[in-house]
Amino acid sequence: MTKWSVNGLLIAGSMLTLLPLAWMLSASFMQPGEASHVPPPLLPAHATLANYRELFLRAGMGRYLLNSFLVAGAITLASLAFNLSAGYAFAKLRFSGRERLFRAVLAALLVPLQVAMMPLFLLMKWLHLVNSYGGVVVPALASALGIYLVRQYARSIPDELIEAARIDGAGEWTIFLRIVLPLLKPMIVTLAVLTFLASWNDFMWPLIVLSDQAWQTAPVALAGLSREHVQDNELMMAGSVVTVLPVLLLFLLLQRQYLQGLLLGSVKG
Amino acid sequence: MSGERAAWTFVAPALFVLGVFLALPVAAALLLSFTDFDIYALANLDNLRFVGLGNYIEVLRTPLFWKSLLNTVWFVALALPLSLAVSLGAALLLNSPLVRFRGLHRTALFAPVVTTVVAVAIIWRYLFHTRYGLINYALGHFGIGPVDWLGDPHWAMPALVLFAVWKNFGYNMIILLAGLQAIPQDLYEAARIDGASAARRFWHITLPCLRPVLLLVAVITIAGYFQLFAEPYVMTRGDPLQSTVSVLYFMYEEGFKWWNLGRACAIAFLLFALILVITRVLLRLARAQDHNA
Amino acid sequence: MASGGVAGFLRIAAWVAVFALCACAPASHETTLKLWAFGPEGEAVGKLLTEFEQTHPGVHVVVQNLPLTAMHEKLLTAFAGDALPDLCQLGNTWIPEFAVLGALEPLQAYVDQSEVVRREDYFAGIWDTNVIDGALYGVSWYVDTRLLFYRKDLLAAAGFDHAPRDWDEWRRAMAAIKRNQGADRYAIFLPLNEFEPLLNLAIQQSDPLLRDGDTRGNFESAGFRRALDFYVEAFREHWAPSMSNTQIANVWDEFGKGYFAFYITGPWNIGEFKRRLPAELQGSWSTAPLPGAHGPGGGAAGGASLAIFRTSRHKQLAWELTEFLSGVKQQQRFYMLTGDLPARRSAWDFGAIQTDEYTRAFRTQLERVKPTPKVPEWERIANEMQLAAERVVRGGESADTALRALDAKVDDVILAKRRALLAARARQ
Repeated sequence: MTKWSVNGLLIAGSMLTLLPLAWMLSASFMQPGEASHVPPPLLPAHATLANYRELFLRAGMGRYLLNSFLVAGAITLASLAFNLSAGYAFAKLRFSGRERLFRAVLAALLVPLQVAMMPLFLLMKWLHLVNSYGGVVVPALASALGIYLVRQYARSIPDELIEAARIDGAGEWTIFLRIVLPLLKPMIVTLAVLTFLASWNDFMWPLIVLSDQAWQTAPVALAGLSREHVQDNELMMAGSVVTVLPVLLLFLLLQRQYLQGLLLGSVKG
Repeated sequence: MSGERAAWTFVAPALFVLGVFLALPVAAALLLSFTDFDIYALANLDNLRFVGLGNYIEVLRTPLFWKSLLNTVWFVALALPLSLAVSLGAALLLNSPLVRFRGLHRTALFAPVVTTVVAVAIIWRYLFHTRYGLINYALGHFGIGPVDWLGDPHWAMPALVLFAVWKNFGYNMIILLAGLQAIPQDLYEAARIDGASAARRFWHITLPCLRPVLLLVAVITIAGYFQLFAEPYVMTRGDPLQSTVSVLYFMYEEGFKWWNLGRACAIAFLLFALILVITRVLLRLARAQDHNA
Repeated sequence: MASGGVAGFLRIAAWVAVFALCACAPASHETTLKLWAFGPEGEAVGKLLTEFEQTHPGVHVVVQNLPLTAMHEKLLTAFAGDALPDLCQLGNTWIPEFAVLGALEPLQAYVDQSEVVRREDYFAGIWDTNVIDGALYGVSWYVDTRLLFYRKDLLAAAGFDHAPRDWDEWRRAMAAIKRNQGADRYAIFLPLNEFEPLLNLAIQQSDPLLRDGDTRGNFESAGFRRALDFYVEAFREHWAPSMSNTQIANVWDEFGKGYFAFYITGPWNIGEFKRRLPAELQGSWSTAPLPGAHGPGGGAAGGASLAIFRTSRHKQLAWELTEFLSGVKQQQRFYMLTGDLPARRSAWDFGAIQTDEYTRAFRTQLERVKPTPKVPEWERIANEMQLAAERVVRGGESADTALRALDAKVDDVILAKRRALLAARARQ
C-alpha cells in the first residue's frame, strides 16, 4: 500500500471515530431545539452556555460529578492498597494454598458480576450500606483483575533484592513499603487509571445501590435525566460532555501507562 | 514459619473482600434461584417457598427468555466479526511503517473505549434519529432512504451493533497491535524475497502468527458481548417489539423492576452457564485444531 | 518513595474516616421530614413548604426530587434497603403494590379526625384508587386522566367544527385529516411504547380488565377486543404512525409543525403546549374529553396521592403536611405552579382554573374516571397488554392470538402467585 492510502485511511478512520464526540461538543452549545433540523446542523448558529447553566443550576450536575469523583477516587486509593499487597504476596511470598487460592481468584475473573448483584444488594442492606458511598466503594475494595495484574508485574522483581533486605533484618511490610512499592510504580499508575476509569463509568451497581438522589454518580444521574428530558437534546449533550470529559482528560494525560496495563492484562494472560 | 503469617496479612484483606462481596453473593444467588423470592416474599418471608428447579423451568418456558437469548446471539453474531474486522484493520494500518502521527491516531481510535457508555449512548441515539440524525443524512447522499434505526425491529439491533463496535474496537485494536508487533520481521523479509504479494503475506504470515491473539480477543469479546445491558437500557429500553431485550436486560427487569428475584437469579445462572460453555468450546476447538495442524 | 507508600496508606485511612463521618453524621436538632416527589412536582412543592415550615417551627422538610421514569425501581429498592422517606408522592396505580408490602400507613383514622380532608369533595373514581381491600392508604394530591389534545385548525380544514364525541365521529375525523395530511403526516400520534392510550380506550368498556376477584386476565372479553380493534384500526388506516415516543424528536414541536392533529395525553401538557408552541398557533389547539364508543367516554383515574410510610417516625407531622398540601388554597397554588389539576372539586370553583378553556374537558372527564385494577402486578399487566398490542400493530399478529397469549401470560405467570396466596388465605 502506498503512503497516501495508509495515511488517508487512518485519517478518515480517526475522524469518523471522533465525529460523535465532536458533534456532542458542538450540539451542547446549541439553542434548545436547534439540532432538530434538516439538514442536521454541524455547528451552533449562536453558541450559548445556557445548557450548561441549566445543567448545573437546575439539574444539580455539580453534585453528581462530585459524587463520582469521591466514589471513583476512594475506590482507586483503597483498592490500590488491597490489590497491591495481595498481588505482591501471590507473586513473591510463600504460603500454603497459594496456587489454589490464585486459581480461585482467576476464576472470579470469569464470573459475570450480575449473578452476584441481587444477593449483594441484600447483603448491603444488612450492612446498612445501601444508599451511601460505602455501598459502592466497599465491594470494589479488591478486584480479581487488579490482583492478577499486580502479580504478573511483581514476578519480575528479583528475589535477591527481597532476600537481601530480609537478611538485613527488615520486616515483610517494611520490605513491601520501602523496596517493592517503588519498583511497582509503573503498575501503580496503570492500576490507578484502570480503576478510576472503571469506577467512573460504572453504571449498573451505583444505579441499584444509590437510591437517594443526593448520592448518585454522574452516569446514573445522566441516565435519569435522559429518561426525563428525552426531548431536550442539547441539554443532554451538555450532560454527556461533562460526564465524559474527566475520563477523557485522564486518559489523555496517562494514556501510555493505561495502554501498557491493558496489554499486561490481556496478552500475557 | 513467621513468613507464612506475614504473607497472610498481605492477602487476607483482599481475599476477605472477594469472599464476602463476591463469592458469598454468588453462592446466595444460586440458593435464591431455587426459591420464589418476589414482592410477596419481600413483604413477608412466610410467602417464600422453595421451588426447586421451578424457576429454571419457568424461565425456559418463557418466550421472552428465548427471544432475549436470540436477540443476544444475533447481537454477538453481528458485532463479533464486525468488531474483529475493524480492530484488525485499524491495527494493521497503525502497524504500517508508513504511518505518520501514529500516537495521535492511536489516541483518537482508542478514545471511545474510555468514554462513559451512558453518555455516548445519548449521542448515538441522536445520530440514529430517523429524520434529524447525521447517519441518515449521510446515507441520504448515497441515495439510501431514511432508515428507522431505533424504531424498526429489524434495524434496532444492528444500530446497537454499530454503537457497540464504535465503542469497543479500540480495545481489541491495542491488543492486536501488540500481537502484530511481536511477529518477527524476518518472516516478512523472507516472503518478500520469495516475491509473495501483500495479500499472500497477510494470509500466510500475519494471520497464522496472530491466531492465538485473535482467539484470545474473540473469547474476551464474546464473553463481554453476551453481557449486553447498558446499550439497550439507555438507547431503546428493549423497544421496539422487544427486539433489543438482551438476556441481562430481561434479568434486570425481572429482578429490579418486578422484584421476581428468584427468577432473575435463575436467568443470571443460565447466562453464566451459557458463556462458560461457549468460551470453553471455543478454546477446546482451537486447541484441537492446533493438534491437527 | 518509601515515605510515599506510608503516606499513601495514611491518605487511605483518612479517606475511610471521612466516609465513615459522612455516612453517619448526625442531623441537627430540628425535626427533619423527608418527602419524595418526582419530576416537576418535586421542583414545585418546595415553594409551598415555606408556609408550612413557618407554622411548624423546628420542622424542616427535605424534598427529594427523583426522575419519574426510574421511580418504580427506586421506591422498591428503598423499601428493600429500609431507606424510605416519611411521605411520598405515589402514583395512584402503585398504591396496591406498596399496600401489599405493608409499607403504607392506613389513613382512615386520620381522615376521620380531619377538618380539611373530606372524602365527598374528591372525585369518586380518583378517591377510590387509594382504597385497597377497604383500607385507605393515600390522599389524592393531584389528578389526571388522559384525553384528547387536538389541532382545531387541522380539524376545521377537514370539515369538523368540534372535537369528535364518539368513536364513529372520531374515525371520520381521522380519515378526513389523513386525506389532507398526505403520506408523510398523520392524524393522531399513539406512541407504541405507552400503554395509556389503549388503556384509556379499554377502561371505558363495561367489561372489567381482570376477572375472578382480580386474579385472572379478561382481555379476551368483547369490551377489550372492541378497544383493541379501534386502536389497531388507527395504524392500519395510517391515521397513526407506527412510532414509539423515543423516536420522535420532540412531541411539542411535531404537534406545532402539524405532524399529527390528535394526541392522547395528560394535563401536564397544557402548560407545555402553552409554553412551547409558537404564539401564532396558540389559538388553534384545544382539549376535549376522550370520545367513547357511543358518546362521551371516560378514562383511567390517574394522578398521584400523598402516602405516609409505616416506617416514618414522624407520622403525625407527615399527616399535617398532607393536610396542608390538601388545603384548597395550596391545591390552587400547586395548580398555578405545575399545571397539575387539583384533586378536590372545591379547588376548581374559583381563580384561573375555573376560566381556563383547556382544563374544562378534564373537569368533565374526571367525573367519569375509573380506577385501574388494584393489584400490585397491574403495571406489569399493562406493559404486557401494550406489548400484545404492539405485536398486532407492528408484527402483524392477529388480535385473537395476541389476546389469548396475553390472558394466558397474565393467568399463568403474572397473577399465579397472587391467586395461590388468596386461595390459601381463603382456606384458612
